[in-house]
Amino acid sequence: MATTDATSTASVHVAEHDHHEHYELNFWRKYVFAEDHKTIAKQYLITGIFWAIIGISFSVIFRLQLGFPQMKLEWLRPIIGNWIEESGKLSPDFYLALVTMHGTIMVFFVLTAGLSGTFSNFLIPLQVGARDMASGFMNMLSYWFFFMASLLMFVSIFLETGPAAGGWVVYPPLSALPQAHKGSELGMTLWLSSMALFIVSQLLGGINYITTVINLRTRGMSFSKLPLTIWAFFLTAVLGLISFPVLLSAALLLIFDRSFGTSFFLSDIYIAGEALPNVGGSPILFQHLFWFLGHPEVYIVMLPALGITSEIIATNSRKPIFGYRAMIASMMGIAFLAFIVWAHHMFVTGMNPFLGSVFMFLTLIIAVPSAVKAFNYITTLWRGNIRFTPAMLFSIGLVSFFISGGVTGLILGNAALDIQLHDTYFVVAHFHLVMGASSAFGLLAGVYHWFPKMFGRMMNDKLGYVHFWLTFIGIYSVFFPMHYIGIAGFPRRYYSFTSNDFTSNIFQDMNAFISLAAIVTFSAQFLFLYNFIHSLIKGKRATVNPWQSNTLEWTTPVIPGHGNWPGEIPAVYRWPYDYSKPGAKDDFIPQNVPYSQTPESNLPHEKELISLEQAIEAQNFNDQFKQPH
Amino acid sequence: MAATATTDESVVFDKKAWMGGVEPMNVSYGKLMMWFFLISDTFTFSALLVTYGLIRYSYPAYDPAIHGTPFHFSNIYWPIPDHVFNAFPFFHGSNLPLIFVGLMTFILIFSSVTMVLAVEAGHRRDRRDVEKYMLWTILGGLAFLSSQAWEWSHFIHGTEEGNTVRELVGGQWLERTIFGANLTENQYGPPAFADLFFFITGFHGTHVFSGVILNILIFYRTATGMYDRRGHYEMVEKVGLYWHFVDLVWVFVFTFFYLV
Repeated sequence: MATTDATSTASVHVAEHDHHEHYELNFWRKYVFAEDHKTIAKQYLITGIFWAIIGISFSVIFRLQLGFPQMKLEWLRPIIGNWIEESGKLSPDFYLALVTMHGTIMVFFVLTAGLSGTFSNFLIPLQVGARDMASGFMNMLSYWFFFMASLLMFVSIFLETGPAAGGWVVYPPLSALPQAHKGSELGMTLWLSSMALFIVSQLLGGINYITTVINLRTRGMSFSKLPLTIWAFFLTAVLGLISFPVLLSAALLLIFDRSFGTSFFLSDIYIAGEALPNVGGSPILFQHLFWFLGHPEVYIVMLPALGITSEIIATNSRKPIFGYRAMIASMMGIAFLAFIVWAHHMFVTGMNPFLGSVFMFLTLIIAVPSAVKAFNYITTLWRGNIRFTPAMLFSIGLVSFFISGGVTGLILGNAALDIQLHDTYFVVAHFHLVMGASSAFGLLAGVYHWFPKMFGRMMNDKLGYVHFWLTFIGIYSVFFPMHYIGIAGFPRRYYSFTSNDFTSNIFQDMNAFISLAAIVTFSAQFLFLYNFIHSLIKGKRATVNPWQSNTLEWTTPVIPGHGNWPGEIPAVYRWPYDYSKPGAKDDFIPQNVPYSQTPESNLPHEKELISLEQAIEAQNFNDQFKQPH
Repeated sequence: MAATATTDESVVFDKKAWMGGVEPMNVSYGKLMMWFFLISDTFTFSALLVTYGLIRYSYPAYDPAIHGTPFHFSNIYWPIPDHVFNAFPFFHGSNLPLIFVGLMTFILIFSSVTMVLAVEAGHRRDRRDVEKYMLWTILGGLAFLSSQAWEWSHFIHGTEEGNTVRELVGGQWLERTIFGANLTENQYGPPAFADLFFFITGFHGTHVFSGVILNILIFYRTATGMYDRRGHYEMVEKVGLYWHFVDLVWVFVFTFFYLV
């Protein structure tokens, strides 16, 4: 095919070129149904921030109940209305809904769409050197599917029967039977519809990310020269592409069970002494299908944050990332293992114990690539010329959370120990540190670091420092004590602990402390919000390369226009981590500087690469017009 | 935006293919996206077929020694497909196991052949041939969908004699005859049998339906000369990939529901 229609495709491109020539897009095409990856990234970011405020404030409301069970919450009545009972207490039904919605919103809408959606969209074309995503139209659809999913989920919060309340994992039969709980009525229907749309959005986005990385890299940008951010986004998209469809199947089957009388997940259920007609289904089947998505999902949340951290830590330590190839290999290892460990979420569901030990073995192997990453971060920092920007602080904070949360993962990965700790606050502490807070720190680090590229202005450093320390200390104060509460035997998702001495008295002060810490941490986020909005309008103007970074996005104008580079897309000659290279003039050499221009710092094997430069420059078929079009 | 990196210099596709600046596998972004979509759709169907397998093998198989001969329908064990799918339009009352579904399968696979021919004609940029073979493919798709509609309707209405079951209602054993199948009960076997049949063949049928719509769109665009003006028939190839995928999935669905 390559040779047959050579002439014809040329004419196609001319036609396409003309088509793009006359554009002064109207408001709707430019800001709303935009096809420019940078605008879509900002749409994702702002939607993500909106959801984060809702998601975290939900957790603060239920923390009030857990920390101060006797507290009168009348003052919340103007906001959440009749979910405050006559007695002035939070309704137990709404408590369950809050827990469920907190999980759903944070995992899917904030840390998947808000993180991956923002930074994959923003950074992939800029860092691989492309004019835009492979398909801008599909990219636009991806955001608007996410928007529709958001809308349905948002509407469900205002239902009289409340949003879904069966936990973010929506296990049947609780989620399948409307008579099981208020939240399993219309709220659950909306949850499932929202999630189906969300999956479509993820697939549209993911297919685009993968294709862009494979097909649209600029000349010279081989896979071994890709920044680790792009590797992370690429593998994240692959994970999503393979795991989300399985959740789609599970959601569709569940919709049929709920609305059309099938029994895929239902069997032998008695309600008020009456047998339901459903026979033959298996609720455990749902758990398998769910966790086949659910486990890769934690890496979908985590990998982009790790990629962002790699980039920020290398830049701000002024050192090459330690073990570039080991980082890639460990991410690949994590991505592969992600698919064969799902049943460690099900150690207590009545699985064959032998199967449990197989999954335990596979689960513990994940510690190896994770440890490789953690060590590589530390060794990159080691004796670096560290610049403590807010982004850098958040990245280091991420490494800290990743380690302290990862260590408890080793405990929970043991089937025998997990039987004791399953569904306690120990689990809550574990995954909030290792995936929740880490990933949120990755998101915040990314915003601080790429804010100048996104909006052309700098964020306020001082506020950033205050925000970091309050959040960092706050998060440890919330989740460290939770380990003890979990070991003491407190089950998660319970409305109150009144029946046992140990639950009602001894640990109450600790629960109150956690709640206070949560409130402080939540309040600190408004500093960030203020900083974000204020810097957007009045921030100091950014320079072209404020962090003296090597990657391609800093070779664009301060605010990149449509097509990213005004002229030809730069060629790439070296890896993205030439920081503090011995002999070099500056302590950084951007990727687009050829070896022939840096004779003073070239290593022996790099001298040989000079001969390749002309071949690299000639291979310019992705950017044939040498200008944005 | 993304160039279909077709140039006069075929020399660029050597070992430098992954060096950037060029589409490494010499595949346009659109075709690559279709491949990745198909990978993800594979997992959607795999999840459904895993569901099928798990539920099906939680039921016992028919065993003449326990359940008696000849074979009869019962909701205790999974039915033998030969006895469920043995009807043929206009041959009322004759026992023709799997003949009709065999015909359906043949039609669908044959439509894949005509799709291959359409893609090949597209490579030659022979508009008339593309039109001809796309039309055959559309006809094949429609024939398959109509056959499936007949198959479903026969499955839903059931046999004339139905199946008599005894059930305990309010402390008394009552006899009742079930005709055909719906999502809550069926005359052929456990409710799950019909649930899975409807869901999975329905999900596949939806895919075929979308494929037919896409094929009609391609046919229309070919007929109005759009691809001639564009200079290549790559859209035919992309939709062709989807169509072959849908066929391939049917092979698995067919195997699971009708053969094993």
